[in-house]
Amino acid sequence: MATAEKPKIDLADAMLLPEPALADWLVVAPLCIGFAFGALCLMMRKNVAQQTQMAIAGLMLFFLATLGLAINVIENGTVVMAMGRWLPPFGITFVVDLMGAIFALATGFVGLAVGVYAMGDADKSERRYGFYPFLLIMLAGVATAFLTGDIFNLYVWFEVLLIASFGLIVLGSRREQLDGALKYAFLNLVATTFFLIAVAYTYGVFGTLNMADIARKSAEMSEIGPRATIAALFLFAFAMKAAAFPLNAWLPASYHTPLISVSAVFAGLLTKVGIYALLRLFMTMFPVDLPGLSLTIAIVAAATMILGALGALAQSDMRRALGFIVISGIGIMLAGLPLASPTALSGTIFYAMHSMVMMTALYLIIGIMGAQMGTFDLHRAGGLYVKYPGLAFTFLLIVLSASGLPPLSGLWPKIYLVKASIDVGIWWLAGAILLSGLLTTIALVRIFGFSFWRSQQSRTPEEGTYEAPPLDRLGVAATVALLGASLVAGLYPEPFIQIADRVAGELLNPTLYIDAVFPQETAQMGDAINEVSQ
Amino acid sequence: METAMVALTGLFFAVSIYLMLSRHVVRIILGIALLSNGVNLTIFTAGRLTREVPPFIASDAYVPVEGIANPLPQALVLTAIVIAFSFFAFLLVLVFRAYQELDSDDSDHMRVAEPEDAAEPPIGY
Repeated sequence: MATAEKPKIDLADAMLLPEPALADWLVVAPLCIGFAFGALCLMMRKNVAQQTQMAIAGLMLFFLATLGLAINVIENGTVVMAMGRWLPPFGITFVVDLMGAIFALATGFVGLAVGVYAMGDADKSERRYGFYPFLLIMLAGVATAFLTGDIFNLYVWFEVLLIASFGLIVLGSRREQLDGALKYAFLNLVATTFFLIAVAYTYGVFGTLNMADIARKSAEMSEIGPRATIAALFLFAFAMKAAAFPLNAWLPASYHTPLISVSAVFAGLLTKVGIYALLRLFMTMFPVDLPGLSLTIAIVAAATMILGALGALAQSDMRRALGFIVISGIGIMLAGLPLASPTALSGTIFYAMHSMVMMTALYLIIGIMGAQMGTFDLHRAGGLYVKYPGLAFTFLLIVLSASGLPPLSGLWPKIYLVKASIDVGIWWLAGAILLSGLLTTIALVRIFGFSFWRSQQSRTPEEGTYEAPPLDRLGVAATVALLGASLVAGLYPEPFIQIADRVAGELLNPTLYIDAVFPQETAQMGDAINEVSQ
Repeated sequence: METAMVALTGLFFAVSIYLMLSRHVVRIILGIALLSNGVNLTIFTAGRLTREVPPFIASDAYVPVEGIANPLPQALVLTAIVIAFSFFAFLLVLVFRAYQELDSDDSDHMRVAEPEDAAEPPIGY
């Protein structure tokens, strides 16, 4: 081999040489914890008791890691970590701004609550077939999707969380589950494939996959055509992931079929990944000033929130009604995007956090109620108040929170969004938010009325008698923990609103995101400007 | 060359969308397999097509010669192929299991999760 003397190469030109601070390693912690504990749980899948303990330990560590990351970002600002220390935009970078950090924190919180609830909900065979490994890997996929700063890497995390969710949705293999899973799997796969098409065009047009780099180059680009094409493809893909009307058909077809813990974690997290991606895309990368885009999103938002709530009213199965309530909430989150004012975005962020926690809580408590009544059918529900008045109180509070009534956390973001729509004179959007709130309240209070206030319904002889299991106290505790977070945010919203306002500020000023990824170049530009001015 | 690739990609998309519009699940799954291949060709074309110069750096040089093939789309396509293949494998099993349980591959008849004759919600107590 030729051993010709090579001149020394200054690696500093291509790599980041300083060691990252110790706290910054938290950026990769959710990923590592999720995968490591997922693998460990898989290895001990025959010993169900041990596997469960291991999974709960993993979920706690996962939650603590996301909490630590969020505190780190709140105190020190955006954290950037370049994989392999390749200088951006060459390597994959993880960029954790405040929005990504709080979405990841909510993921950790919801994941832990669902993991605890599943101890009573998932039976032994479902756990042996991998409930906890799938859950941990899905959580790792969701959290890392919130943290990555590379668009192709985002696609990879979408696929990771999707394949893990496929595993979760078919656990049990009942007939209706396979039917629901088929629709869920096909339509979600089509959505992510369209996401990949959009990524291909992005790479073709901008020659880069780093989000900050795309943001820089898209701001300099004057032609509308390529940007509008890419933005439309992304909008289609992410709206489908978020289950926005008219791309929502997969959600009500599948979310009522799996285990309640699976439905709960899906309702809490998966659609919000789509919302996160839309915010990241249209705030950081492609501003919504493209012609027609913001009007389209506003109409989609209004249609989603109204039709979702109407769909919930038309269902007699409680779990199916909840699927439509999830869709309605997606519409409310989307409403902030076209308005793009600090108030509106702050409302969207706050509502997304609220919805991640409360949609999960809603599914979990419906699961407890269904187990006690032996049915999810409104026609046959009843008699719960006599047995469990405390459960009635808990469910009523969750209903108030999910419908956006005081004193819980759903109220404040809706006020923000209504105010933001009226500020710019889009009265119909404000009206749609209020109307959907009213319809959601009716749909949920109806479930409350039939399950708690009506006397127990007599069962036909062929149905036999139903022996209700003892109340799942651990499951109730997990649900109450979620509700507690909503109660705190509803009664003392100030710190939460401050954080949401900060996120909105960061979103409206994408140069902050770009500067965090390319600090040297900003510094050089600063020097150049100084030289010129001198 | 680009024009030919674009035409080929368009053909892939057209065929896959035609198949996905079918009621039969087997055709839909074939459509999805073709769609992912169409996307791979899109990524490949988006990375600009070049001829015959592999992206290697000679041992006595520090930069590759001009006009090498772009290695990044190849890495992306490789990742996408692996992902698409694993999803296709999962979907095949899922379709087969659904066919066993539901006894149909016609999506119009797959109404177990959302029965057509579902009762309307109760109006009063």
